[in-house]
Amino acid sequence: MLRNYFYTGLLYFIKMLEFSDRGIYCPQADVYIDPWKPVGKAIITHAHSDHARPGSDVYLCQLHSTELLKQRLGFGIKVEGLEYGKHIQINGVDISLFPAGHIIGSAQVRLEYKGEIWVVSGDYKLTDDGISTPFEPVTCHHFITECTFGLPIYKFPDQQEVFDDMNRFWQDNACEGMNTVFIGYSLGKAQRIVQGLNAGIGPVFLHGAIANIHEALARQGFAFPGERVQGDTPKEQFYKAVIIAPTSALGSPWLKKFSPYRIGFCSGWMQLRGARRRRGVDRGFILSDHADWDQLNAAVKATGAQHIYATHGYQHVYAHWVREAYGLEGHEVQSFFQPVDSEDI
Amino acid sequence: MEDFSTLFTEIDQTTKTNAKVAALVRYFEKADSADMLWAIAILSGNTPKRSIKLGNLKAWAAELAGLPMWLFEECYYIVGDLAETIALCLPPPTGQIELGLRETIHLLKGITARTDEEKKILICRHWMHIGALERFVFNKLMTGNFRMGLSKQLVIRALSIHFGMDEQMIAHSLMGKWDPDEEKLDRLFTEEPHTDRQYQPYPFYLAYPLEVDPSSLGDIHDWLVEKKYDGIRGQIIVRQHKLYIWSRGEELLTDKFPEFETLASVLPDGTVLDGEILPWKDGRPLPFQVMQTRISRKRISPKTLLDTPLAMLCYDLLELGGKDIRILEMRMRRKMLMDLLETYPTTGLLHLSPQLHFDNWDDLAVFRADARLHDCEGVMLKKWDSPYEAGRRRGKWWKWKTQALTIDGVLIYAQSGHGRRANLFTDYTFAVWDGDVLVPFAKAYSGLTDKEIAELDNWVKRHTVTKFGPVRSVHPLLVFEIAFEGIQRSSRHKSGVALRFPRILRWRRDKSVAEANHISDLRALIHVQA
Ligand SMILES: [Zn+2]
Ligand SMILES: [Zn+2]
Repeated sequence: MLRNYFYTGLLYFIKMLEFSDRGIYCPQADVYIDPWKPVGKAIITHAHSDHARPGSDVYLCQLHSTELLKQRLGFGIKVEGLEYGKHIQINGVDISLFPAGHIIGSAQVRLEYKGEIWVVSGDYKLTDDGISTPFEPVTCHHFITECTFGLPIYKFPDQQEVFDDMNRFWQDNACEGMNTVFIGYSLGKAQRIVQGLNAGIGPVFLHGAIANIHEALARQGFAFPGERVQGDTPKEQFYKAVIIAPTSALGSPWLKKFSPYRIGFCSGWMQLRGARRRRGVDRGFILSDHADWDQLNAAVKATGAQHIYATHGYQHVYAHWVREAYGLEGHEVQSFFQPVDSEDI
Repeated sequence: MEDFSTLFTEIDQTTKTNAKVAALVRYFEKADSADMLWAIAILSGNTPKRSIKLGNLKAWAAELAGLPMWLFEECYYIVGDLAETIALCLPPPTGQIELGLRETIHLLKGITARTDEEKKILICRHWMHIGALERFVFNKLMTGNFRMGLSKQLVIRALSIHFGMDEQMIAHSLMGKWDPDEEKLDRLFTEEPHTDRQYQPYPFYLAYPLEVDPSSLGDIHDWLVEKKYDGIRGQIIVRQHKLYIWSRGEELLTDKFPEFETLASVLPDGTVLDGEILPWKDGRPLPFQVMQTRISRKRISPKTLLDTPLAMLCYDLLELGGKDIRILEMRMRRKMLMDLLETYPTTGLLHLSPQLHFDNWDDLAVFRADARLHDCEGVMLKKWDSPYEAGRRRGKWWKWKTQALTIDGVLIYAQSGHGRRANLFTDYTFAVWDGDVLVPFAKAYSGLTDKEIAELDNWVKRHTVTKFGPVRSVHPLLVFEIAFEGIQRSSRHKSGVALRFPRILRWRRDKSVAEANHISDLRALIHVQA
């Protein structure tokens, strides 16, 4: 995969960005973007663990990501925050960040050198979730795009409809005297769930991992409702309640104290019946922080880029599609990073 | 169709049987009777014949969605279910039409004779006028694999709640083939016996496997102990001088077993026997495979009849003199069965399933361990005071099978599963050593936990050697213990043997590939069995 890329790419890109075994590398500025191994200078698109890895000397990220990064990589890290739209120069390379709409502080990285512009999308979605700064298309020549849901079977429903469904689920469970557990990633999904719930139905509780994220976000100036589940929280308090928890809580004894309960799993993967059933939960809700098929295509077209590099998902299919449907130079870039667990991606 | 589609979603969304039954009951309250008949037929596995080629459906859907065929195929590969893939790929509907379930099925029946071009127009128009959920269910009707995660037993339970009728009566009414367009609801579910449905079998009484220590069952003398034969469980019915043979899967097999024909004139009218149909020669059963070959034949030649004569080992008597005697105790029914077999000259065709005598559970355990030496796959335990119930029940009947045969095999191929397991490698092929070559000997799908499947799926992706279609060959590194129920010589298989019900017993992480079994170990098992 990598070798292929070098062959086709050699002619024009001995310059701006290359795909190395440590991550996306800019030789001119000597910086890496979302490196999966320790490096000198690292630009981080967002604080999810498949993008923000520990051990690098210096980190640069969007301003709202700094507290999250510290919380996840250690408070001792050297991290600098940059506002959306502000530019910095490193050895002649103009670097700036633009909103990716994925989670709070998520950014697309724009790099310009001698008139050539590259954009690394990181993870993104076009839906305005009302929490993260909405996605902004950035004109460029080379667009490196994620394609987690890069197949036409992925067309996500309107988020309000999903929240309505979730509230109905909660309401129905509450009517039967049952609690409701919503499972979703701690960073990003959990905040959207809290925000979308109708607090009139009952109390909202948070798993410790999520409460920790909320504390980091609070330091950043974002406040979210919900009470941390403590070891000594009396069982009676969990009545007609919602408990929001990360995937790791599924099947763990931690859930016992909420019994009786029903589980709703919130993820873009819930689009497929097989995935819903495999999870063995009571309900699946299609709620994603990634772009679906239509959004990917819209984003790619909006950049005006001639070169599209698909990574992080169905890259082979998506690169092929971009070549065939839009006549663009579609390249497939293998992502080397294997997530350690599915949590928090 | 909207109500039926909602029902589908509700059943699909839950794993709890009570919730499924409740959803069914709600649907029955609302549905009109023509739709309801079709729903019952479909839910109990009686789907209409496929009227459109799958290749056409794919092509039309891809065209409507503006997708190249390769991309549509990629999607299908990931989703693993054509009905769902099409529903997910189609563009939003442009209008709305309301068709009931029956009307929808008639639409499909009506186009069978049309040209492909006409079919295309009709199907595409229908697609573009129904919502995502209805599309999925509509496609399911067309592709014809309508598994809803619902057992027939649950449909019966819901109907019994809806009609306020006995479950067994409902089960009886639903047996066999019936045409939803010909039947009327009140006629199908009436308390009166169906005089014109004399071919109907009774619902089979099925036993659960015994999972506890048999000594907890109390005194062994309270139990009838019989061999558990490995044939085709069936009912032989003689009513109004006619013979009907039903399999447990509710297949009418009368024509497949012509040797039983004489029973129609030998047995008295109103006789229903439950037993095991076996290829039987010289007082003992022939291997199960012999039966399978015979069933798969379209025509049965005189030579086949001579080579594989069949007999029924009779377990039970359900009807005598036209009277349903299932409510009587096993003790009584068996007595009546013995009388019947002694009175009528059924020589060679019907045998009483012999009672096995043991004084204690330990002796029985020894017998069970050696079951294969006694031409059976274990024993059946039936309480002497048990009535003949309907469906799978705990308590009064148990099956206690002998431990399976096992062999350690090396994983060499993996293939992705379907439905729930699409997109995961769940179908595996295993091999044993023949010299220094690995020879495939078994395909197995079941036996691993979901966690192990996920782990193995990941492993397969990282250890693929070559891909051919959906199959991947992998580096031969992992060893699994494969269990199976029987083993036969087979010239059609590379390994020279064919297995019955192979399944994965466990992942032998403790074993290296070199420690996997040899082909000679497999062959030795044929002799153990014989
Ligand atoms: Zn990611
Ligand atoms: Zn992310």
